Amino acid sequence: MMDLDGMFYWFGLVVVAAPCGLVAVLGFSALVNLPLSETTISRLTQSAVLMSLLPAIGILLLMIATGRRYVPIEFGDWASIPEVHFHFRWKFIFDRLSVPFAILALVLCGVVGSFTRRYLHREEGYHRFFLLYSLFVAGITISALAGTIETLFFGWELVGLSSALLVAYFHEREHPVRNGQRVWSVYRLADASFLLGALLMHHLTGEGDFGSFVGQGTWPDGSAAISSLNALQIGFLFLLAAAGKSALVPFSGWLPRAMEGPTPSSAVFYGSLSVHLGAYLLLRVNPILEASWQLQIAVVALGLISALFGSIMSRVQSDVKSSLAYASLTQVGIIVAEIGFGFYYLALIHIMGHACLRTLQLLRAPTLLSDYHEMENAIGMRLPDSKDRMAGLLPIGLKRWWYRFGYERGYMDLILDSWIVEPFKLVFQWADRQERRWTDWLSREPSRESDAIEPHRESAERVA
Amino acid sequence: MMPELHFPWLEYSILTPALGSILVWWIGDRRSAHNCSIVVCAIALLFALGEWVDFSVLESYEAHDHWDFIAFLFKQDVFVIDELSAPLLPLGALIYLVTVLSTLRTKAGRFSFAWALASESILLATLSCRASWVLVGLLIVATIPPWIEMRRRGRCTRVYTIHMGLFSGLLLIGYSMFQLGRGSETLGLMSGAILSAATLLRSGIFPFHCWTTDLFEKATFGTAMLFLTPLTGAYAVMRLVLPIAPDWALHMIAIVSLFTAVYASGMALVQTEARRFFCYLLLSNASLVLVGLELVTPIGLAGALCVWLSVGLSLTGFGVTLRSIESRIGRVSLNDYHGLYQHMPRFAGFFLLTGLASIGFPGTIGFIAMELLVEGAVEVYPLIGSVVVIASALNGIAVLHAYFRIFTGRRPIAQISLQARFSERISILLLTVLIVGGGLVPGPSIASRYHAAIELGRHREVSESQDSAPLPSDVIKQP
Repeated sequence: MMDLDGMFYWFGLVVVAAPCGLVAVLGFSALVNLPLSETTISRLTQSAVLMSLLPAIGILLLMIATGRRYVPIEFGDWASIPEVHFHFRWKFIFDRLSVPFAILALVLCGVVGSFTRRYLHREEGYHRFFLLYSLFVAGITISALAGTIETLFFGWELVGLSSALLVAYFHEREHPVRNGQRVWSVYRLADASFLLGALLMHHLTGEGDFGSFVGQGTWPDGSAAISSLNALQIGFLFLLAAAGKSALVPFSGWLPRAMEGPTPSSAVFYGSLSVHLGAYLLLRVNPILEASWQLQIAVVALGLISALFGSIMSRVQSDVKSSLAYASLTQVGIIVAEIGFGFYYLALIHIMGHACLRTLQLLRAPTLLSDYHEMENAIGMRLPDSKDRMAGLLPIGLKRWWYRFGYERGYMDLILDSWIVEPFKLVFQWADRQERRWTDWLSREPSRESDAIEPHRESAERVA
Repeated sequence: MMPELHFPWLEYSILTPALGSILVWWIGDRRSAHNCSIVVCAIALLFALGEWVDFSVLESYEAHDHWDFIAFLFKQDVFVIDELSAPLLPLGALIYLVTVLSTLRTKAGRFSFAWALASESILLATLSCRASWVLVGLLIVATIPPWIEMRRRGRCTRVYTIHMGLFSGLLLIGYSMFQLGRGSETLGLMSGAILSAATLLRSGIFPFHCWTTDLFEKATFGTAMLFLTPLTGAYAVMRLVLPIAPDWALHMIAIVSLFTAVYASGMALVQTEARRFFCYLLLSNASLVLVGLELVTPIGLAGALCVWLSVGLSLTGFGVTLRSIESRIGRVSLNDYHGLYQHMPRFAGFFLLTGLASIGFPGTIGFIAMELLVEGAVEVYPLIGSVVVIASALNGIAVLHAYFRIFTGRRPIAQISLQARFSERISILLLTVLIVGGGLVPGPSIASRYHAAIELGRHREVSESQDSAPLPSDVIKQP
């Protein structure tokens, strides 16, 4: 007869292993060019999500029944050098934060998986979509249940890659690809910030394990035994990482761009799960936030500014998905502010409610006009115009300015491009020119054959 | 008494490609030459693997060949394997095998199999050598095959000749001074500085890196890749500089390497042609390896040795993919979207996998390696650690940028199949297994590299504690 700890262990193992197994199967079939039918892919996906979801629910029920609030499950060291205290430990924790978030993620992924089966029926990229989807499910499950900062980083990276590639899903068009590249660039910077925060945390506290880090208390009651200054340093890096991942100001520009992907991925990734991952990180490291009041103020300020920006921008977007994206940003901003104020349970409930609502809205977005027609037919009249009375009180000049501000998406992309991307490109293009001059001078002739290359040589006439 | 391997693996692995080179030269026919080269490279790889396994069984820091013919002739252990070089030999042999396997027969006229095999023999001999005149000679001789190829193709060799001439000169002067200056602190320092300059030049460290991009412009992709991917410059640093340079000098080299890593990753982002892009990506990663090597801490050194293996594998795969694409559509511009995904989905997947492995993406061989390297860097200089992370982030952006440019966009019409050929598929599969397998089971390689790092550090301490400066070849002794 299996004891309670044994049950927790095996349930926990299956929760994590099922999505990873899906990645392995779909990845292997792609590698060896073994085509799987749509039905097979769909069944595999549903089975994997279900196999992960059911034990997660089982763990929740066991925790409720036994009153345990914190269940750590360790699978041992993946890599370790004990002499220098380097450990990469596969440790997952089931607590009041991770279990609801993991179940939420799996439920939404399951719903969207089923939706996609029909939505992408006979699409050329069906297999590619589900391969990336499986990466996402694995990444979000690992992130949600991570018991160490390294494990969280592992899942975080998987989520980032799959998200960026899904934005560029319609890769025959240039726009989605450019947007995918932008999402990836922001994510890489967020990842760098996350990694630095993790390393700094490891160095300053000697801990990478959440369980040890928060002391005896379980979430959200733990407290970090570090100084306020150290908490500020680590927390700032995590806040930057969260801002990149959750599209907070000034990185909000990628969120509407991410909507170029297929509707199911927009719904589950950018509308409901990816976008909350930054907030989840802040919830997970809440003892660090509590250790520094300056950090708490920064979190609240960033959340409120993002909410305000999101609110303005969502009102002036000309397409439904962008509008929903900014509406998401508004809610995520509020959630971040709630975390800054210390309302952790409220933030968690807010995440769950918002994720479900937004998934529903985004999945219905392609049929919005049809829905409006149905509603109007049902009530027998036009839907009432929802004019904002407060807006009428503002001077026309100010209204126009705000409109322009919202329409241009707060000029945030413009600012990032002109203050960071362009100077970066100018510096390295200048260096490239200097290198050319140097090699030309040494060669006593034009040294770059690559200058003569024409773009897109493999056009119809040239290939073969 | 130095332990002995159970079989003359080293001599056989060096001799096989050398004899193969002569055979291929004699055959002449392209098809037969290609097949013969594949067989020779595969045999060389088997010998190199045998050497690694045999050495692991011995559980020694170093060992020499069984029936060591050269030692018998010259009364000196010329070819010796140790913890550092044991996995590098199979890696070098694998790089050659994969490159030869993925060479299309249509390109056999440009890419000389005979010279490739000769280079392999030189490389394996170099990696079997500790600091000595033989190593210096081999490092210089290795620069000749690319030069001959460029001359044969009628390309200007001035940039390459000037840099490699300078490298050879500095190497000869530095090593001569080192031998003459035993016991003299001034001469010891000067020789260390000159040897450092030589090895950094060979590694393509800023500002001595322009020859690398020039080589990629003018030589065939395969030759340029084979010359740079095994990171011979880093090996020269380990053998010639690490044992004699003081800590402060190594840290200075680490900072210069770090600057190169960031500079090269930035340059990779603004390149408009795939070969140059690959060259900068390789330079950036090679510089990161050097950063770790020069930190002289166990964790930093272990990280660098792990990144060495992961970069060797992943960038070989990355380069092979780019080369295969280039052999189908010509030089690849990054100014445009080529839309090749539908024509070559396997190449697309492999390109992404190897590119991500090179930046240490989770689940690949580079993940733990990069974590170790960053941790080692943060341990010594927190700021340097953060710059390593930034370089890696920029490389990640560059990799996906190249992926999007090559594989996405409007699909061109192709009248022939652009899919991977059978031999290319074998290469892809082989490297994928190693990259993913090494990523899923990182424990053995981490343990082995950490052990090597500890031993290297210990031998360096031994050399520092000696009153008179020893020859680098004396430094690595049986513990």
